Amino acid sequence: MVLEIDNRKIASSLESAKSKINAKNEDTVLDFCSIERLDAAGLRALEDLAAAAEQKSVKLSLRGTNVAVYKVLKLTKLTRRFSFVD
Amino acid sequence: MITTEVKERVQIPLAPETLSPERVAYLEGLVSQARTAAAVFTQFSQEDVDHIVKAMVLAGQENAPLLARLAVEETHLGVMEDKIIKNMVACEFVYNYTKGKRTVGVIREMPEKNLLEIAEPIGVLFSLTPITNPTSTVLFKCIVAVKTRNAVIFSPHPKAWRCCAEAVKIMYETAVKHGAPEGVFTCIESSTLQDNAYVMKHKDVGLIDATGGPGVVKAAYSSGKPALGVGAGNTPVYLEKSADLGPAVVDIIISKTFDNGTICASEQTVVIDDEIYDQTLKKFAELGAHICNEEETKTLGRTVIDPQTGFMQPMAVGQKASDIARFVGLSVKPGTKLLIAPIQGVGREHPLSVEKLFPVLAVYRAKSVNEALRVCVDVNHAGGLGHTAVIFSRNEEVIRKFGEVINAGRIIVNSPGSIGALGAVYNDLVPTFSFGCGTGGGNSTTDNVNIYHYLNIKRLARRTQNHMWFRVPNQIYFNMNAVENLGQFPSRCTIIVTNAPLEQIGHVDIVRRHICPKTHIHVLVIPDAEPEASVIQQGVEALNFYKADQIIALGGGSIIDAAKIMKLRYESPEADLEYLAAPFLDLRKRVVEYPTEKTNHARLVAIPTTSGTGSEVTPFAVLSDKASGRKITLADYSLSPDVAIVDPQFVMSMPKGLTADTGIDCITHALEAGVSNYASSYTDSNAMQAIRLAFKYLPIAYENPKDEEARCMMHNAACIAAMAFSNASVGVNHALAHAFGARFHVPHGRANALMLPHVIAYNAAVPTKFMPSPYTQGYIAHKKYATMADLLGLGGTTVEEKVQNLINAVEQLLDRLAFPRSIAELGITRQEFEKAVPELTEIAFADPSWRSNPRMPLLTELAELFWKAYEGRPKH
Repeated sequence: MVLEIDNRKIASSLESAKSKINAKNEDTVLDFCSIERLDAAGLRALEDLAAAAEQKSVKLSLRGTNVAVYKVLKLTKLTRRFSFVD
Repeated sequence: MITTEVKERVQIPLAPETLSPERVAYLEGLVSQARTAAAVFTQFSQEDVDHIVKAMVLAGQENAPLLARLAVEETHLGVMEDKIIKNMVACEFVYNYTKGKRTVGVIREMPEKNLLEIAEPIGVLFSLTPITNPTSTVLFKCIVAVKTRNAVIFSPHPKAWRCCAEAVKIMYETAVKHGAPEGVFTCIESSTLQDNAYVMKHKDVGLIDATGGPGVVKAAYSSGKPALGVGAGNTPVYLEKSADLGPAVVDIIISKTFDNGTICASEQTVVIDDEIYDQTLKKFAELGAHICNEEETKTLGRTVIDPQTGFMQPMAVGQKASDIARFVGLSVKPGTKLLIAPIQGVGREHPLSVEKLFPVLAVYRAKSVNEALRVCVDVNHAGGLGHTAVIFSRNEEVIRKFGEVINAGRIIVNSPGSIGALGAVYNDLVPTFSFGCGTGGGNSTTDNVNIYHYLNIKRLARRTQNHMWFRVPNQIYFNMNAVENLGQFPSRCTIIVTNAPLEQIGHVDIVRRHICPKTHIHVLVIPDAEPEASVIQQGVEALNFYKADQIIALGGGSIIDAAKIMKLRYESPEADLEYLAAPFLDLRKRVVEYPTEKTNHARLVAIPTTSGTGSEVTPFAVLSDKASGRKITLADYSLSPDVAIVDPQFVMSMPKGLTADTGIDCITHALEAGVSNYASSYTDSNAMQAIRLAFKYLPIAYENPKDEEARCMMHNAACIAAMAFSNASVGVNHALAHAFGARFHVPHGRANALMLPHVIAYNAAVPTKFMPSPYTQGYIAHKKYATMADLLGLGGTTVEEKVQNLINAVEQLLDRLAFPRSIAELGITRQEFEKAVPELTEIAFADPSWRSNPRMPLLTELAELFWKAYEGRPKH
């Protein structure tokens, strides 16, 4: 399953993704191509999503993460919870 | 009334084991929130942070009165009006300093050094703030943190928590409203020493910024985290007799009474020159100070200073002078601003000589400048090391002396200490509310803490193209009868340095004929061997005796070397040859400097009589020290002859053996310069041409010594090769040959020849260890050998084939010149050689020649090369 994350409403996109993962229970690619910047709310939503995926044993990948956003995930120790694809 | 406690001197325990799980969870939450904010902040641009900072500054200014009032109400310290000014300074002056300064991304470009500085935020800062300057310190730190994209967890002094929390709240709300990350500032509620210890040690806290007393600072530095700890002072003031007294007294009163003396940079003891002492105290009194008599001073010392600890009593901190006077029982006029207590010394027996963060000022009468400076040093060392000092003087010499002897990060001249140290008001110091006190104060910096202390500054260093050079004598005359050019050099007295055989065969007479008419000529005949000190001395004496203005060196490398050293010692008699011969790695960075001041001047004209060493154009000279058995190698372009005359008539009679030995030396110079790490297009052009000429003409000159063209071309080749290696240096072949030649008394050229084919093969192979070299791009020695093979028309299609063909050509040339194929052929037994190899290897490794070699030799490789030379090359 590939889910596009909307740069204008990151937190709600991620919450919606969480619902889909809970419903479908399949490995998911989150398309981050359009994400330019992450804020604290986005980070919290991403962390929740990671927790939900781990509970379901679903593999989460982030596609097209720009390096500035990747660095934010690194600093908040979230990179270990995702795989990254281009 | 006077009940405030100053807890900054209490040491924070570093074992937070007593924290409850709930408290730990609370603190973890704060750190996590700050970590997230700091991470989010990394995505912000300079424009983003500047926008937020401006809004924060305006909010801080707007709320300056409110925060000042809250601070005074809560702490009972200081003066509200002054605290408003402090809050304004923390906003406006700090903004003015940071405005326009880059703190995001590339913050500084240094194109001339190929360097870029790039800012990296620290992340999470843990900041302890003091009771004395509570809200101004918070405002300052918030602004600096946002400017540098950091998140801060504040731990205010417990007695100033509410006002600080309000300051944090105002800054936070404004910052977030203007786009700062959520959680960028937090404030620990009801912080305890254990809380502080826990956060200080937290793995996600990047830096501790502790402003406060020594206890706080020590705890910060003891936490194992990077820390900015700035603390107590004890500001000495020297009021020197040349000072403009009126303004000086006013400045001291302004400073010492500002916020009731709570700024740790404020004046503590004023040392006054005897000549102006009485007048100064009179002025203080006129302006509202009370001058204590001896009894009052004693009373004050007993009460405002704790007799047990020797530190100030917290109850007095930040209080008005009149209140302190009333409390200790002194009778003073209403509205007294300052209590002035004359003291007779510094130390425990003079209690008022320590830091007093209240309007009590000690004064000392000094009988001389020396005594005054000594007392200031004593005050400085009585708790004020690294902090602040003040001088009022118009005597520049005294001001500088004061600056030299006092250990203080801020030495304020002719202005108030406290406000002066804050920066940007009375001077151009960086505005701050944290004074770095250097190692004297147990701090990591003497700076006024500012934005740059809140950043990791990364340096992006691009490879630089080092300047290179090509230096040769500016006059080189060559081809047959070039010696005639001697006539154009006027001379009053010329010394010809030569050897006996050259004089006997008439070379000296030829030279003599072409020297300018009317020149007094003296011939100095010296042995034809590496010159010794006694020979040099003999030459210098002759030069001095005749007051010579020209030296003509007629001979081989040793004669020319001798003349170079004679000239050096003649022109600069103090030159210490041992010192000048100190080893170096890079000529431009070497430690020793050759003399530039000269007692005498003499032109050095070099006329070589062999075709190999090239000493006529090189900056090198070798001196033999027979007593120690060592050679002293001098290298400096000032040694290069002024004029080289490369006239083949002086080599027509060279014996075959000497032709071969010196000729192969020339080829070795060219080959080594060609692959040197210092090679350049300039040296390459010379090296390649020398190779072309020498390969063609050396065998002819050897086999037909009277062939003028061959002699001429070989003579030129030697000089051209020398121009190459004078600027590109030589390599491992010379290092091996020097060691072997000296040990077994084998002529230099012959020693070179024995090593040469093996060294080419060695350098052309992939190195075991690459030589660091800023001058070359990649490993290219094998390709340059291939280019040489092409130049010689040796054929081959691959680089490997061409290198092999070059080796073959060298070997064939060596055979044609009747060189031995191996060291063994010289009659050196295997046992003898085996015994010598370890020492030879060490000597070769110590030889500076290989420093420019394209391949860095290992000791084992040098030994292997010696053995290859011993075993010899195959027969062609």
